[in-house]
Amino acid sequence: MPNVTVTVNGKSHTVDVAPETLLVELIREKLRLTGTHVGCDTSQCGACVVHVDGAAVKSCTMLAMSADGATVTTIEGLANGSTLHPMQEAFREHHGLQCGFCTPGMIMTAVDIVNRKGGNLDEHTIRDELEGNICRCTGYHNIVKAVGAGARAMAGGGKSAQAAE
Amino acid sequence: MSATGIGAAVRRKEDQRFITGTGNYTSDITRPGEVRAYFVRSPHAHATIDKIDVSAAKRMPGVVDILTGADLAGDKIGGLICGWAITSKDGTPMKMGAHPAIAADKVRCVGDAVAVVLAETLLQARDAAEAVQVDYGVLPAVVDPAKATAKGAPQLHDVAPNNLIYDWHLGDKAATEAAFAAAKHVTKLDIINNRLVPNAMEPRAAIAEYDQGNDALTLWNTSQNPHVARLVISAFVGMAPEHKLRVIAPDVGGGFGSKIFIYPEEVVALWAARRVKRPVKWVSDRSEAFLTDAHGRDHVTHAELATDANHKITGLRVHTIANIGSYMSTFSSSVPTYLYATLLSGQYAIPAIYAEVDAVYTNTAPVDAYRGAGRPEATFVVERLVEVAARELGLDPAEFRRKNFVTSFPHQTPVIMTYDAGDYDASMTKAMEMIDYKNFGKRKAESEKNGKLRGIGFSTYIEACGIAPSQAVGSLGAGVGLWESAEVRVNPTGSVEILTGSHSHGQGHETTFAQLVSDRLGVPIDTVSIVHGDTDKVQFGMGTYGSRSGAVGMSAISKALDKIEDKAKKVAGYMMEAAADDIEFKDGKFTVKGTDKSVGWGDVTLNAYIAHKFTGGQLEPGLKEGAFYDPTNFTFPAGCHLAEVEIDPETGKITIANWVAVDDFGNIINPMIVEGQVHGGIAQGVGQAMLEGAHYNADGQLVTGSFMDYAMPRAADLPSFKVDTTVTPCPSNPLGIKGCGEAGAIASPAALINAITNAVGHENVPMPATPSVVWKAAQGGMKKAAE
Repeated sequence: MPNVTVTVNGKSHTVDVAPETLLVELIREKLRLTGTHVGCDTSQCGACVVHVDGAAVKSCTMLAMSADGATVTTIEGLANGSTLHPMQEAFREHHGLQCGFCTPGMIMTAVDIVNRKGGNLDEHTIRDELEGNICRCTGYHNIVKAVGAGARAMAGGGKSAQAAE
Repeated sequence: MSATGIGAAVRRKEDQRFITGTGNYTSDITRPGEVRAYFVRSPHAHATIDKIDVSAAKRMPGVVDILTGADLAGDKIGGLICGWAITSKDGTPMKMGAHPAIAADKVRCVGDAVAVVLAETLLQARDAAEAVQVDYGVLPAVVDPAKATAKGAPQLHDVAPNNLIYDWHLGDKAATEAAFAAAKHVTKLDIINNRLVPNAMEPRAAIAEYDQGNDALTLWNTSQNPHVARLVISAFVGMAPEHKLRVIAPDVGGGFGSKIFIYPEEVVALWAARRVKRPVKWVSDRSEAFLTDAHGRDHVTHAELATDANHKITGLRVHTIANIGSYMSTFSSSVPTYLYATLLSGQYAIPAIYAEVDAVYTNTAPVDAYRGAGRPEATFVVERLVEVAARELGLDPAEFRRKNFVTSFPHQTPVIMTYDAGDYDASMTKAMEMIDYKNFGKRKAESEKNGKLRGIGFSTYIEACGIAPSQAVGSLGAGVGLWESAEVRVNPTGSVEILTGSHSHGQGHETTFAQLVSDRLGVPIDTVSIVHGDTDKVQFGMGTYGSRSGAVGMSAISKALDKIEDKAKKVAGYMMEAAADDIEFKDGKFTVKGTDKSVGWGDVTLNAYIAHKFTGGQLEPGLKEGAFYDPTNFTFPAGCHLAEVEIDPETGKITIANWVAVDDFGNIINPMIVEGQVHGGIAQGVGQAMLEGAHYNADGQLVTGSFMDYAMPRAADLPSFKVDTTVTPCPSNPLGIKGCGEAGAIASPAALINAITNAVGHENVPMPATPSVVWKAAQGGMKKAAE
């Protein structure tokens, strides 16, 4: 069985994996980081979004072997110890989650949007950029508010996403 | 109002674990030595199972065992049941076909399980599943409920000739016919309420473990009501006695009704775990979820509304064919009957109503309660009829509604319900102000200048929630009582644990229930924990659905808190050498009336446990009380949604320009959470009205079987919503709560279709109103206008 070496949330792991193993399976089943979720089998829902070398990736769409040598951040690695990332804070403050299942992927996507588009996001941009993440609970209203507020907090001296990774 | 008490927008306590990825969903759990289960499922909608050969598959790497329906029958594991008895017009009971957890002789829908593979890894189980050889004798299928009872239609269950489960009715047929005979005007509509797939984001999952030494089973599952699951799996399936079966529903990622029901996979996991003596884990793929989760809606209805010369509604009648699918799911029979026809009076004083409902089997996934369950279907019928009637009569739809609103309470409808409180004009008037109704004409003219069509649509809905008085539902056929339980355990140090039979799968009970306790006992919210979802911890409960957790679940907690307060006063009395009757309790302090003598909450709770001051042995030590609360009536949330759309007639693209919701949920515990429930409900209703539709082809293949084909609402499909409330407290429970979980999904489809039909100028716009549907409608509307 081949092995891969990945740095996940700052910690290096060398793991034996079957060649068909997906990155999400490596994260959830081998590393037991179960905050990254699986909500579909067609790369549509975005519950499994993590950052690979700083960019948002649907971890159900990437083979674990393709992540060899990569740096991965999952939802568990976003906070700085007990200090939440501004985007996590914004989701709580604006009630941007209900059942919580899509939330890790939403937050990881939201941080990536800010990394790419900056902290001043209008509603239209946020809604467009969330195209790859499905939520069944919130009707997106409060997610959109949370992403906008989180983006402003990230830009306004809050801990940057890069620093978190 | 305190910062954490009733009425405060307290940020949710449960969020910490969800935003940090440390939640504990069923699929996150692994048990030592577990095997993975993968089901072999029928690719045919209707077929005999002629032969199953598992020999080659059993020899594949990692396979532990492969079990079939014959093995299940051999072990005398019972089938699944529907727990609500409905009686046909002629007095005969509903015709329920057998529903084995694994089909043995015949499959009745695509996705019906025919075998389960147990293997060391999921990949090995999947590989072996492909090697299971099944010989099917393919039979013709029927998927359209309107064709299910036709002569020569394929027959699903021998016990149900012509696929008819029941033909049921409600209301006064003769009085309704008389109303129509005397009517000045009759409005008629044919409506298809489209089939939906609930699609909670967490797919269903089950982990079962067998404890050989104690001959006991534990099931972790994605359930909205673990105690009911245990009861059914014990008493009807016969898996194990209740005291030897523990069901744990940990964090559950959304339900919307679809996780109320007891499903085959849970039964199979338990049975298989006991057979192979290892934990068995099954996690649904999304593709499996599309095929096997209970779907929602799927009604074919003809509806008529009679009005007199004064524009008063005098009668309403409907005939509905309800698709139940291939098997009767747990509460499927109640949805198109007592959760549907009982709401056909809407917010209106209608003297005569008659409803006929035929429930039919088809070769499709089972259909059961989905957010709103029957009430969205009823609201769509009533609110479309009323809107169309107003248009036909040349009246403003608001004026026509006002003329017919129920205005005095209690109000007895002709279809069972007694509305207890409400002010329907207040919510409609407020909604009209919020959307600037009087200037709609200007906005429409502006759109027209830009080559766009603009429309506005009302939905003044009512629903029956807080389900429900046990005696009432029992008289209507329910196999269970629908009370709720609560236990309040106060620790010596004053912290409080609430054990509730309600279950939270996104609703925020850990916060709202704690708010009630904080408010009542004057303790900090952080010292209150809510325990739910484990049959070993909570003695019994009926779970969460039908917007019942506030009205029924919290009322049970309130009742238990009354007892806690009484007992604590007695403890305080011993401490201050005063009679309990002379003790006042406020803001966490016990005071002897008319004196400055007082003791605090923590002193009292400690004294309750050390018991040093209880003289005479008359007071038991400890501070723990339980209560069962059985409501005295349903609750009746109601309100008004107004949708305003702009349509591009060249492309059929709909833009939701404005959405206003004004709801009367009675008293509100946490307005932030209530608004979130409304937002989510609207999104699901908008999804039904313009995006979602489960479509089977004539062979019974689900052609909308993934998120690639089934249009889930995405962020860009929806606007931000303007949400507000009016309040008439519910008189039938101690907290005055009506419930808010389903209103959005109930109200919104009619509002949107009323807006679209208003824009295109005719009523022929089926759901989902996709761009192609709306383009055709807009073109037709323009042609009509040109004539």
